[in-house]
Amino acid sequence: MTYTIEGNTGPWEVVVGLEVHAQVISQSKLFSGAATAFGAAPNSQVSFVDAAFPGMLPVVNAEAVAQAVRTGLGLRAHINLVSRFDRKNYFYADLPSGYQISQFEKPIVGAGTIEIELAGGSTRQIGVTRLHLEQDAGKSLHDQHPSKSYVDLNRAGVALMEIVSEPDIRSPEEAGAYVKKLRAILRYLGTCDGNMEEGSLRADVNVSVRKHGEPYRTRCEIKNVNSIRFVMLAVEAEAMRQVEVWESGGTVQQETRLFDSARGITRPMRSKEDAHDYRYFPDPDLLPLVLDEAWVADLASKLPELPDGKRARFIGDYGLTPYDASVLVAEKATAEYFETVAQGRDAKQAANWIMGDLFAMLNETGRSIENSPVPAERLGELLDLISGNIINGKIAKTVFDAMAETGGRPAEIVEARGLRQVTDTGAIDAAVDAVLAANPDKVADYKAGKEKMFGFFVGQIMKSLAGKGNPALVNASLKQRLG
Amino acid sequence: MLDLSLAQARAALRARKLSARELTGAYLSAIDSLNERLNAYVLVTPDAALAHADAADASLARGEQGNLTGIPLAIKDLFCTRGIRTTAGSRILGNFIPPYESTVTENLLRDGAVFLGKANMDEFAMGSSNMTSAFGAVTNPWTRHGDNRPLVPGGSSGGSAAAVAARLALGATATDTGGSIRQPASFCGIAGIKPTYGRCSRWGVVAFASSLDQAGPLARTVEDAAILLGSMSGYDAKDSTSANVAVPDFAAACARGVKGLRIGVPREYRSDGMPPEIEALWQQGQQWLREQGAAIVDVSLPHTKYALATYYIVAPAEASSNLARYDGVRFGLRVDGGDLGELYENTRAEGFGAEVKRRVLIGTYVLSAGYYDAYYLKAQKVRALILKDFTDAFQHCDALLTPTAPSAAFGQGEKMDDPVTMYLNDVFTVPANMAGTPGLSVPAGLDAQGLPLGLQVLGRPFDEETVFAVGAAIERAAGFSARPSILAK
Repeated sequence: MTYTIEGNTGPWEVVVGLEVHAQVISQSKLFSGAATAFGAAPNSQVSFVDAAFPGMLPVVNAEAVAQAVRTGLGLRAHINLVSRFDRKNYFYADLPSGYQISQFEKPIVGAGTIEIELAGGSTRQIGVTRLHLEQDAGKSLHDQHPSKSYVDLNRAGVALMEIVSEPDIRSPEEAGAYVKKLRAILRYLGTCDGNMEEGSLRADVNVSVRKHGEPYRTRCEIKNVNSIRFVMLAVEAEAMRQVEVWESGGTVQQETRLFDSARGITRPMRSKEDAHDYRYFPDPDLLPLVLDEAWVADLASKLPELPDGKRARFIGDYGLTPYDASVLVAEKATAEYFETVAQGRDAKQAANWIMGDLFAMLNETGRSIENSPVPAERLGELLDLISGNIINGKIAKTVFDAMAETGGRPAEIVEARGLRQVTDTGAIDAAVDAVLAANPDKVADYKAGKEKMFGFFVGQIMKSLAGKGNPALVNASLKQRLG
Repeated sequence: MLDLSLAQARAALRARKLSARELTGAYLSAIDSLNERLNAYVLVTPDAALAHADAADASLARGEQGNLTGIPLAIKDLFCTRGIRTTAGSRILGNFIPPYESTVTENLLRDGAVFLGKANMDEFAMGSSNMTSAFGAVTNPWTRHGDNRPLVPGGSSGGSAAAVAARLALGATATDTGGSIRQPASFCGIAGIKPTYGRCSRWGVVAFASSLDQAGPLARTVEDAAILLGSMSGYDAKDSTSANVAVPDFAAACARGVKGLRIGVPREYRSDGMPPEIEALWQQGQQWLREQGAAIVDVSLPHTKYALATYYIVAPAEASSNLARYDGVRFGLRVDGGDLGELYENTRAEGFGAEVKRRVLIGTYVLSAGYYDAYYLKAQKVRALILKDFTDAFQHCDALLTPTAPSAAFGQGEKMDDPVTMYLNDVFTVPANMAGTPGLSVPAGLDAQGLPLGLQVLGRPFDEETVFAVGAAIERAAGFSARPSILAK
């Protein structure tokens, strides 16, 4: 099913390509030894290299290079054993050297692919054009003083990977799925924390529209979109705008725009300078980056399992449905949680608990799975209590709620609150007899053929047992008495 | 005492016949009496110099002998020196005091050298006359016979060369992007080597053109230059273009002799306009080497004629980008404006001199969209051909012999009308920068007006030893003993 925008002149196809800037997880910056922690005091993580003092020279950080190669491998992309750093020249107060060191002509990583999953379980391959390493700029603060701008260089020189997709994306949903999947891969690899609120993952969204079968029309670039939801909204808003422009007889101008999330529209960006000529040329302070094939092979051999591989394994080894497997591998932490719970237990039951009660509780309390008050080991213990006939499934939900609230162990909660299942057949028989005796009319209905009443009796019996009756024993006793 | 060579002074210091304090004191007095006339130093640091001299004497008393313990040097003001103002000869750096020490000067301090002060230079090392310095021209300690008009010392390391020649320092650091060590050495009658690109770290040296800049020494003898280069050289992990190769004993190489060496004479260096005296000196140099057992071979460097034009694309291109950091935001001069754009314009308009502005404009132009392929990319291709010329030539010979410069020192204010006339000074020196190969200028004689002329020895990459051997052979044969005019008065 193809996503289209219905215009007055008929359906329009949406064409999207994404440039994602991912901050590399590394102790130090791309070309200096300065630290990279987020949230440090302004200008406290700046070396003389970052501040472009006279005579200072860049030295490439080998770990940042390794992270880029790992990412390239994770994107099933071509690793360029020879790449080069170029200077992109422009003046701005938060760009101390007057140029950004980037990779223009020869990026470290070439073409790759990302498989995205869509609602309904279908998948699509989205092409990755390239990945290159570059420095981030500092930050200009215009709201700290009535007439002055302040500059914070903590971010200046931090390593970024710019990951450019092919214009293969055809809907807001696909754009969202692409960023989600890319973020998952980066997190699995440990090459970027994917934290969009802190700006360690940002997307530039290129959007154009066209009639089916046409070549590409002019695109606009929406800069610095900082959440997956905004990526989807920005694609939709920009595509709608362009359809209106074309249909009203206008022409879409190639330009950079910003997504105004408050108003749900895109608007032209105030440009720092009218037309930039970046005067790219190879950085003479740096030699070409030459990678050893064996070193790349060694990184490849140590690559962790990635979402696609994990998903296949969850389906194959645990018998999960493709949908459940996709949900559980979407975040590395969720997948790890699931595997801890499922180890030696009923995997399907583990998946149901995680995707049902656990997700609901996390959602309600606004917690992440890493900070869950019910850690995986505890949820496992709870499942053990069910399979060991210590508690029934219904009581288990009560116990789970108590665990979420108190952080306690399930066995202790069951003991402390007397929630252990009633398996004493005498007590069960007595409860059954009491319920039947109290409801002679309903017994008569049942015997007259209203078999649905069976459920009513079970409910009443369980109620009188405070929910703790062993369901199998209750059923057996009731069936025997109703004959 | 001031006429001692560095090697002789070092021996006297080690023998405790001379103290570092005496030696440094003598140089400081000489600076006191002559610097006002020469303007070779833009900053003299007597207190620090004497303190270092005392430390050197203490080391020598303990029997600790570094390569340069107690040797007083001038430092080109392009080298960042911790706690000591560094200007690159420009107004734009203002009163910039680096909180770090360049690797080359750190190496010299490690080996016990004493720094007398910072030497004048063309602004950002852009120039061949030292006329572009924001601190004023440097006067060459030599004058023509019967003519007191001041001459240029060459550039850009004019202050360093004048200081060494006039006995205001025993040696000096310098840098060479297109000839800035060798041409002033030739003009001032001293020795100077631009080593192989990558031999000396560029870390902490204010950048002009990164792929061409290389530090090297100026000294009164070839051996002195070799001793200094030994301390300045070495791999530095902080400079990605620094070469991880061992530093040989350059000074020992000076005594090797040239017997059996093949010395190439590149035919493309013969130009129609070359003064006959320089042509004659070049022939003389070949004869000296032949007499000492070398074979002279004719070689070709076919792309030589493109070197200067190519250089004036590559060097300004890199400079235009390297100098973007002087924006008035973080250090140095700031001239405020109504907004950020005006701040940049005012600061750079006031901070940079005319020659620097010219090169920034040329560089910006050749890198701009639509011109990049025709200029910068093409220049890089020609550069590769120039390198290949040298590689091919060195199949047939072990070193090359050429004149250092097409003329002797000229008058202050001459050649100022047309920048290209000035640029032609570098015609013989620029190819070695383009190829990254080492080049030494050695004083070989005087012209009819009594001005020194140098010969240039070029060698294979990282074969400075052969270059020193050939240079020392010329030095021995030339017996150059003339003293600058300023010392005769």
